[in-house]
Amino acid sequence: MRELGRRSEAADHPFKRPVAAPGSLARSPVPVIHSVPLILAEQVGQRNVITAACPAALALGLTPGMAVTQARALVPDIDIRPADPAADQAVLDSLALHAVRHWTPTAAASGADGLWLDLTGAAHLHGGEERFCRRLVSFCRRFGFTARVAVAGRPGAAHALARFGRQSVTSIPNGSEAQALAPLPPAALRLTPDALTAAARFGLDRIADLLPLPRGPLARRLGIASVRRLDEALGRVPEPIVPVVPEETPVARRRLLEPIGTAEAIEHVIGDLLGDMILTLQERGLGARTLLLILERIDGSEQRIAIGTSRPSRDASHLARLFHLRIEKIDPGDGIETMRLAATRTDPLSATTLAASLAGDDAPADVATLVDQLAGRVGDAALFTAAPVESDVPERAVCRASPLAAPTGWPAWRRPVRLLRRPEPLIGVLALLPDAPPRRFTWRGHVHAVVAGDGPERIHGEWWRRDGELWAVRDYFRVEDDTGARFWLFRRGDGVDASTGDLSWYLHGLFG
Amino acid sequence: MSTNLQRHDALALLRESMGEMRGGETAVLPFGIDALDKRLAEGGLVLGGLHEVSAATPTLTDDAAATLFSVGIAARAAAGSGRRVLWALTRFDLYAPGLEQAGLDPATLLFVEAKDDKDVLAVMEDGLRHGGLASVVGEVKRADMVATRRLQLAAMSGGTPALLARRWRKAGVSPLTELSAAMTRWRIACAPSERLPAPGVGRARWTVELARQRGGPPFTLELEACDDTGRLALPAAPLDRETAPARATARAA
Repeated sequence: MRELGRRSEAADHPFKRPVAAPGSLARSPVPVIHSVPLILAEQVGQRNVITAACPAALALGLTPGMAVTQARALVPDIDIRPADPAADQAVLDSLALHAVRHWTPTAAASGADGLWLDLTGAAHLHGGEERFCRRLVSFCRRFGFTARVAVAGRPGAAHALARFGRQSVTSIPNGSEAQALAPLPPAALRLTPDALTAAARFGLDRIADLLPLPRGPLARRLGIASVRRLDEALGRVPEPIVPVVPEETPVARRRLLEPIGTAEAIEHVIGDLLGDMILTLQERGLGARTLLLILERIDGSEQRIAIGTSRPSRDASHLARLFHLRIEKIDPGDGIETMRLAATRTDPLSATTLAASLAGDDAPADVATLVDQLAGRVGDAALFTAAPVESDVPERAVCRASPLAAPTGWPAWRRPVRLLRRPEPLIGVLALLPDAPPRRFTWRGHVHAVVAGDGPERIHGEWWRRDGELWAVRDYFRVEDDTGARFWLFRRGDGVDASTGDLSWYLHGLFG
Repeated sequence: MSTNLQRHDALALLRESMGEMRGGETAVLPFGIDALDKRLAEGGLVLGGLHEVSAATPTLTDDAAATLFSVGIAARAAAGSGRRVLWALTRFDLYAPGLEQAGLDPATLLFVEAKDDKDVLAVMEDGLRHGGLASVVGEVKRADMVATRRLQLAAMSGGTPALLARRWRKAGVSPLTELSAAMTRWRIACAPSERLPAPGVGRARWTVELARQRGGPPFTLELEACDDTGRLALPAAPLDRETAPARATARAA
């Protein structure tokens, strides 16, 4: 990097062990050695190719880009696992966030395998560039990563040197990019595959071959994008780094002049905190899903209460109402001196239109606010809608879904309005086999004489769930007795084949 | 003369305000059956009011009929408005496919399974005061005068009909013997359906008894149960009942 301003190198600690010479890092052993060569494979078009290989595999000649079948033919005993680019990217992103928080304010992920760190004005905080690079490499080694670091005046040059340079730690002075890049292959310049093929066809094997060429013919042969890449690496065109910005939890805080203990005072402060919080959320275009209120008491202990909303919300009165339900759970002790409000979970929430209410079209009030309020009263799990499940077995056809879901309905077979939790066995059933409704039955000690019946509706067991249901059959009947009561009964078995059921009768539900 | 005029104005003003109040009160949900609507004091169920429904006997079948009666009212209140129906209860044994067949589809219904009757009443009150629901249904075993009056006030303030299904606590003591501030109190029982000429169960019938209403006498009617949009129907005239099978057999022959 450029040497700007004063460099204040930290003095070495007299009792710490002397740091090793920079060259020794390259010779240090690779931290993870696999007993069986490990490769990661990915499907590219019709081929399954290697995307990464461990050092043991590399030593055996299994290079990235090779087909997995060929690798298997070369080395039979090999550990192949699927590549997970999303997880790789997540690790890289978290590393970039760590860099922003600890090393330099400007950092970003570069491609799928690298990080940009802008050390301008930040290197002296870590004891100089060289010392920073050493610490960076050992930091990565502790996590099992092999790091290669290059420090240059231009992102393009650093990118090339880190990937194609000879040493694991390279540092070049400002202005010597052309000299340092000259022996590297053109691939170091981040050219497109087409441009690389063209360069190989023209015999341009090194960047040194590109440098003396006139720009016009070069642009015609390799494309204008390639010339731009070369300019970026040499510092003729600026290439800014777009830094990642760490997301911070929106927090509002109030220190109180005097400790408070009454519910009214606490509610007042919550109102103030919500006002602050909503301004913050509005600036960021967010709505709160979970709010955590932390009350610090004067004896040093903390009280925490949390509320959740079913949709992102910035409605102060609604959020205050949710807190109002919880205030009685606060134990103020001798008094509360500080209150903090943190939006621990947020979702994007943009402005909403007022068109409907301006036109006088009276849209119904949002149910989500009611859902939050009721969840605060009876708990989250107690609110639900009934959603269909693809099953013909009646007790499995319904599941509970989130209260704001909009489930679709069921097929139009006649179903009772109340279903017994367990089918109740009937005794004294008189029925003709195989498919007539019963004439009379006894349920809960009462004899019912049936005057009319519909059925059977045959429901087969779900053999994919249990072995016992492989042949099981239920024949459902809807019957009415002489007093007008309507029942939903079933018989186990189809009345012909004994393996479908034992012909016992049950009552399962009640029609009105 | 002038005093007379003033009195006249004052009376007109009073009448106007009375009319406004009454107009605000008497948004009703008619059943669509003349025989029923004419006997109701307001010509239908008052939307901003509490209505109680109970089974005539402690049997589960009558209870199911009473439930379906409430479902039908809730379904007609919600029809086409895009509003939802809140159903609060303590033990969830409703079968949602059956509710859908009486007109309440699952996207409309929002269930709350509360711990006890007190919570059910509190949840109902929250739902009624919210004002964005088509109706609020609650199932309780016990609700005293204070609780029902609170519900009635909440229903008035939110303009949302409240349906309180009162379940039997012990045999022999009808839940409707307890005092209540409800606008109407209904008692529902299953009745034998019309025999079909072919084997099968006809459209269900209920004995619908209006046990008490504000501003009107009680009455009893036999009605056909909810169809898939929650509408009740008047059965064919009793005189026709004897001849119906004969006609049907004639048609079949």
